[in-house]
Amino acid sequence: MAETALINNIEAPARPAGWRGIAADWSSDQRAFKNVSWGKAMMWIFLLSDTFIFSCFLLSYMTTRMTTTVPWPNPSEVFALTIGDKKIPLILIAIMTFILISSSGTMAMAVNFGYRRDRAKTAALMLATAAFGATFVGMQAFEWTKLIREGVRPWGNPWGAEQFGSSFFMITGFHGTHVTIGVIFLIAIARKVWRGDFDVGRRGFFTSRKGHYEIVEITGLYWHFVDLVWVFIFALFYLW
Amino acid sequence: MTNVAVHLEAQQPSLQADVHDALASGTTHTKGQQHPIKLYLVVWGWLFVLSTCSYLVDYFGLHGHLRWSLILLFMVLKAGLIVAVFMHMAWERLALAYAILLPPVLVLVFVAIMAFEADYTHLLRVLFFAPTA
Repeated sequence: MAETALINNIEAPARPAGWRGIAADWSSDQRAFKNVSWGKAMMWIFLLSDTFIFSCFLLSYMTTRMTTTVPWPNPSEVFALTIGDKKIPLILIAIMTFILISSSGTMAMAVNFGYRRDRAKTAALMLATAAFGATFVGMQAFEWTKLIREGVRPWGNPWGAEQFGSSFFMITGFHGTHVTIGVIFLIAIARKVWRGDFDVGRRGFFTSRKGHYEIVEITGLYWHFVDLVWVFIFALFYLW
Repeated sequence: MTNVAVHLEAQQPSLQADVHDALASGTTHTKGQQHPIKLYLVVWGWLFVLSTCSYLVDYFGLHGHLRWSLILLFMVLKAGLIVAVFMHMAWERLALAYAILLPPVLVLVFVAIMAFEADYTHLLRVLFFAPTA
């Protein structure tokens, strides 16, 4: 607030007119997020839009599940695994949940070490996060294979409402894609951290800009979001 | 902020101090988000506990409103911890927090609309598409 008041006190320089004026007015000192860099603000805004995408998936899942007159397959049994002789309900999904939460923990610590400019620890923790993520995707591939072998298709399954398959493949498939992209993102940034790009001010090959350790936090935001979405999928799709 | 600071330096040095004070009270972090590692470990632990709890809801086969309310409770607590601590939203300025957190709340309106609509569709299907005896 203090800044906004102050800007008005400063004598405004002559502003350009026409098309230049439009560009200048939209790109001038107007700034809503005072102490957040544009990179971080844009990641948050992207995550907001992604929230709406996943909201729509979960909403359509809710609608199909509420409207079908055929009983919904019981996820507790569908996702049970037989270990030894015991059939344990939902165990694979529980393990996947713990793996993803652990990856969030290592990511949070990577951000911390990044700001301390501890290159080795930051890169190691980011790679650990990526490894957890890759494990998660691997287990998801296993889960998909198992269900497809048991006859789950987007248009039907042996246990009940036909929409089960399409909801399942759509929601977990989109989430798994996000995790995969996150793993690639993590490995790319971990490599830059390891090489010391942010200490020597090396320019990125794509943007030719110098990076900062803040990119670790921005990558972290994306990664925590992936974990966050899983919290909702776990609760609403697997447990409900 | 940098642009503002530059202008101020040239023209109104006394006010620049005010800006710095104002920003300092609004938790600025020029060196980025720095919090003790212990905090992350505690949150990590809590996320494990809450996930176990929500798994146990299924393991013990709880049913009905108890099941649904527990699932939602654990879900909201986990989501809150992740956003507030891991994503550092607790330390951001309110302008950012509201800009990001309020729009998803409006999705609840959409949920209400679709639940209402789904009830109606279900009723129609029961009335007109049920197998006749």
